[in-house]
Amino acid sequence: MNSLNVSLPGLELKNPIMPASGCFGFGREFSQLYDLSKLGAIMIKATTLEPRFGNPTPRVAETSAGMLNAIGLQNPGLDKVVNEELVWLEQYDVPIIANVAGSQEEDYIAVARKISANRNVHALELNISCPNVKTGGMAFGTIPEIAKNLTKKVKEVSEVPVYVKLSPNVTNIVEMAKAAEDGGADGLTMINTLVGMRIDLKTGKPILANKSGGLSGPAIKPVALRMIYEVSQQVSLPIIGMGGIESAEDVIEYFYAGASAVAVGTANFIDPFVCPKIIDELPELIGKLGYENISECTGRSWNKFEKTSHYCS
Amino acid sequence: MIRQEQCKVISQIKLAENIYELTLQGELVHEMKEPGQFVHLKISEGYDPMLRRPISIAEILPDESQFKMIYRAEGRGTALLSEKKPGDYTDVLGPLGNGFPISVAGRGETALLVGGGIGVPPLYELSKQLVNRGVKVIHVLGFQSASAVFYEEKFARQGETFVATADGSAGTKGFVTDVIKRLNIDFDVLYSCGPTPMLKALENQFPHKKVFLSLEERMGCGIGACFACVCHTGDDPEGYSYKKVCSDGPVFKAGEVVL
Repeated sequence: MNSLNVSLPGLELKNPIMPASGCFGFGREFSQLYDLSKLGAIMIKATTLEPRFGNPTPRVAETSAGMLNAIGLQNPGLDKVVNEELVWLEQYDVPIIANVAGSQEEDYIAVARKISANRNVHALELNISCPNVKTGGMAFGTIPEIAKNLTKKVKEVSEVPVYVKLSPNVTNIVEMAKAAEDGGADGLTMINTLVGMRIDLKTGKPILANKSGGLSGPAIKPVALRMIYEVSQQVSLPIIGMGGIESAEDVIEYFYAGASAVAVGTANFIDPFVCPKIIDELPELIGKLGYENISECTGRSWNKFEKTSHYCS
Repeated sequence: MIRQEQCKVISQIKLAENIYELTLQGELVHEMKEPGQFVHLKISEGYDPMLRRPISIAEILPDESQFKMIYRAEGRGTALLSEKKPGDYTDVLGPLGNGFPISVAGRGETALLVGGGIGVPPLYELSKQLVNRGVKVIHVLGFQSASAVFYEEKFARQGETFVATADGSAGTKGFVTDVIKRLNIDFDVLYSCGPTPMLKALENQFPHKKVFLSLEERMGCGIGACFACVCHTGDDPEGYSYKKVCSDGPVFKAGEVVL
């Protein structure tokens, strides 16, 4: 038995490691560095109905153990993503999770309908949590009723399972997760970035042209872990966890918190080979922990019935 | 091909105020082809700083498997980099980006190389490669003041070299564009790297010449995946088309992108 096989709605994954949306483009750049077929899946960059240029630069700023970004959902638009990027990705043996974004309900529905019809798109990631756009994005992900209705409408048109990407910029994450569940979501991905800011000491003004941006990287890992820990006990949907993952140990920590797969984001910018490295290191760590398959790790932090004394290093 | 390698520090020399020359050794040197490419350095192992720092390649020494970079110790990352000693190692990703097209300048033609401040370094390898091709090179190098000037003699060995400083403490007082105007320098191709206002001025000054400009922008990944360093294109300045400074550039033909 392969210790990394994971089975999720719409996704039969050879391993539970995938690059997070927005941190991997559409894979072309990383394909020069390693074989993309090695990945469990790829979460492609958010796709909107029309092309978007995104925000003015500077779009990134470094912070302690993290970074802020305000790219602004730059993408070539639905038609180009479907006709060029997804076609190009077909050469790889890797399922695609398409991140769907928009500024109004109709946009989400149109993108979801068309993009989910592609044969290599195995699931959608409903982006109701982008903090860097003026309309839409996070607005859909902070009011439970709106999140529920949007999920429901997207589910009606999607040909593949729908995972809702939750924003951490809410007071009650469980309430948002339940809203997505009530809307018919097949899974959750969490967390998107936390809204933050940095100020340039020379100018006295925010570094980012957009002023605020989304915080990612190791700095947000404890926030994500806490949210997954809470949500995984309250809803029955599988969770793809993300936020500052950069090692095999981080992956296990996310599984223990309640995740069933994980995505790697910011770490791809620091070490572009980080995903294949983690995939190579995981089997040994899982063996050392006494598991046969990584799925057995899910929810260990709160599962009362789980047998103990696995660790024997 | 892009490689990631732990490169050995061979030397670290202070050239001017806050300006350092760092020589590294590694096999990825043999992937470096064009002048004007850059490397992305992970300076410390932890999170301080966390992201890589893009630094241009100043000289390629394939026989020794070494390359040189010249950088200004300004922020946290470059300050830490300046503390590296011979024998230390640093994590290098590269070479990255597309450099200056040297084949545009033919044998016997004249190339004008214009650098501003920390934009001067990549012009040194460019100058060497052009001279090797039989191209005549003229350098106009701008700095803040005499204390910031570096590599003047090394450039002078390649070809005629003029220095301008903002405060007049070395060379001509004023901007590089003033020097070019005053001396009425004639050339076939212009290559430049430096602050954006300087690049803009050059683009406007020579609308009918072959001009190539190397841009600087805050970067995330350095390989084109994160979309941090995009700019509008010249033929669609308000639209959706874009170029990424890291992977489409950093060198662009004048007019190709909006400065």
